[in-house]
Amino acid sequence: MAKRPAPGPLEYLRRWPLQLWLAGVGIFLYAPLVALMVFSFNDSRRNIVWQGFTLKYYEKALNNASLIEAFVNSLTIAAVSTFLSLILGALAALALWRFRFPGKTGFDGALALPIVAPEICLGVAMLVFFAKVLPWPQGLPWPMNLGAIIIAHVSFSFPFVAVVVRARMASFNRELEEAARDLGASEWRTLKDVILPHMTPSLVAGGFLAFTLSLDDFVITFFTSGPDTVTFPVKVYSMVRFSVTPEVNAASTILIVLTVVLTAIALKVQGDPASTAGGHAALDRPKDRP
Amino acid sequence: MEQHWKSAKGLFSAVLGPPLFWLVLFFMVPMGIVWLYSFGENRGLTEIALTGTFSNYLRAFDPLYLKIFVKSVGIAGLTTLICLVIGFPVALAITFAPAKAKTWLLLAVMLPFWTNLLIRTYALIAVLRTEGYVNQSLEWLWNGLDAVVGVLGVGSLGPFQPLELLHNNFAVVLGLVYVHLPFMVLPLYSALDRLDTSLIEASLDLGAGHLRTLLTIVAPLALPGIASGVVITFIPALGSYLTPDLLGGPDSQMIANIIERQFKRANDWPFGAALSFLLMYMTFIAIALQAMLSRRRREPA
Repeated sequence: MAKRPAPGPLEYLRRWPLQLWLAGVGIFLYAPLVALMVFSFNDSRRNIVWQGFTLKYYEKALNNASLIEAFVNSLTIAAVSTFLSLILGALAALALWRFRFPGKTGFDGALALPIVAPEICLGVAMLVFFAKVLPWPQGLPWPMNLGAIIIAHVSFSFPFVAVVVRARMASFNRELEEAARDLGASEWRTLKDVILPHMTPSLVAGGFLAFTLSLDDFVITFFTSGPDTVTFPVKVYSMVRFSVTPEVNAASTILIVLTVVLTAIALKVQGDPASTAGGHAALDRPKDRP
Repeated sequence: MEQHWKSAKGLFSAVLGPPLFWLVLFFMVPMGIVWLYSFGENRGLTEIALTGTFSNYLRAFDPLYLKIFVKSVGIAGLTTLICLVIGFPVALAITFAPAKAKTWLLLAVMLPFWTNLLIRTYALIAVLRTEGYVNQSLEWLWNGLDAVVGVLGVGSLGPFQPLELLHNNFAVVLGLVYVHLPFMVLPLYSALDRLDTSLIEASLDLGAGHLRTLLTIVAPLALPGIASGVVITFIPALGSYLTPDLLGGPDSQMIANIIERQFKRANDWPFGAALSFLLMYMTFIAIALQAMLSRRRREPA
């Protein structure tokens, strides 16, 4: 192997102190998760010393009806709230991108509130809302009983979608729309054939973001869920409160793998991995606005 | 050019209507009720009378609760500082990495961020608890050392005492850093990525060392990005509920845990509402400070 030239002045990645630092941070971020996944295959109740490979905790987790129910609830809530968030977020972004109207700054600011408000405040607000204003009927058939949680999730997800979509629309060439109109396309047709295709990548990124936010949420769900509407995080929370068990490891591993797969799909569809940083852009934006 | 709403009223109301409706009904109204409750008093078990009293807010300044507020700000501040110290070199390395490595490094930072918060917290519990991985490894080392000492005939080290790593303030800060590190790295990266590298190169060419360049050129130029990273890390850290709840001990409760207790156990909604709005106001102050800072940076330029 040829000896590589000395690192250039800005090639920080090739300097050993930084490499060491990165390795340290990598271990810090990943070691606990990797350990959790590895020990989900460990044939020992005590969960620490390696006793041999087993899948029995996966079998146990998959046969745990309440855990499966919580998991299905979580996925259902995430799917429905993502769908609603995409529609509402895209509409909000379109309104802000397309129109001048009185109170626009106010709407824009109000839309940023669910993004910046602490989770606990939103959770408490939802608890009060569903206790006093809109009591969600008990004992509704599935999936109607998940309605309150879905509403809460849409409330904090759709502003994120709006931010991502709006950032994308900023790069839209309005002349394209004018051309379509000049060529006789209706308002609706222009929206469908010209604007929507341009918007699509941001809808993918926004949808992924909304799905993850919903799947990840514990605090707000904790305040809106009832005894018969348990989601995966809430279920894991109640299991963790009692003890650390290999079953939880197994269930967590399944969700981690699901997250990785979803991320990979989002990146494949998206093309440019850096643009999936939409979540971060969304967090960044309300405060970064000139 | 943006269109005036009056020129397409139908489309405008179809586009703005649904999100506005949702935002008002399912966000503004719930928040508004909590705000009103913060000026109310408990009457009986479920009744709350809106008396316009400030006593709930005054009660928050009781030394007992004031201590928790101060402590929460302290813990969130410490978390932010540690994240900044750990995250800055990471962001720097990502910024100047070759395109391919950059993609993978960004992904590596973002992946834990996408992973469920509860799972990450649970993973930390498994690492830190008394029979956790850290203590197990230490015990193994200790026993090894003990055997060596025994062979040398110096005596015995005695039985291994596991470290108390969980259910204390240390665990809370560690957990918050673990959870919030990506929040810091990503804005730092996007700020550094926008920097004009020729300025850094000029500084290095003119003989300044890397550390000096970092402190006198990079840090001031990236200050708005640093400020937004600090705010983005500080706000969720200040309002965090799960980490102090699962990793903390009885004395590491933060504001969010006190709020939760008022609503779910103590059943004192007006006081919980006041605490929750105090937390909101603190959030707004943090954002306003950051906005002011980034505006001041922009003006002289």
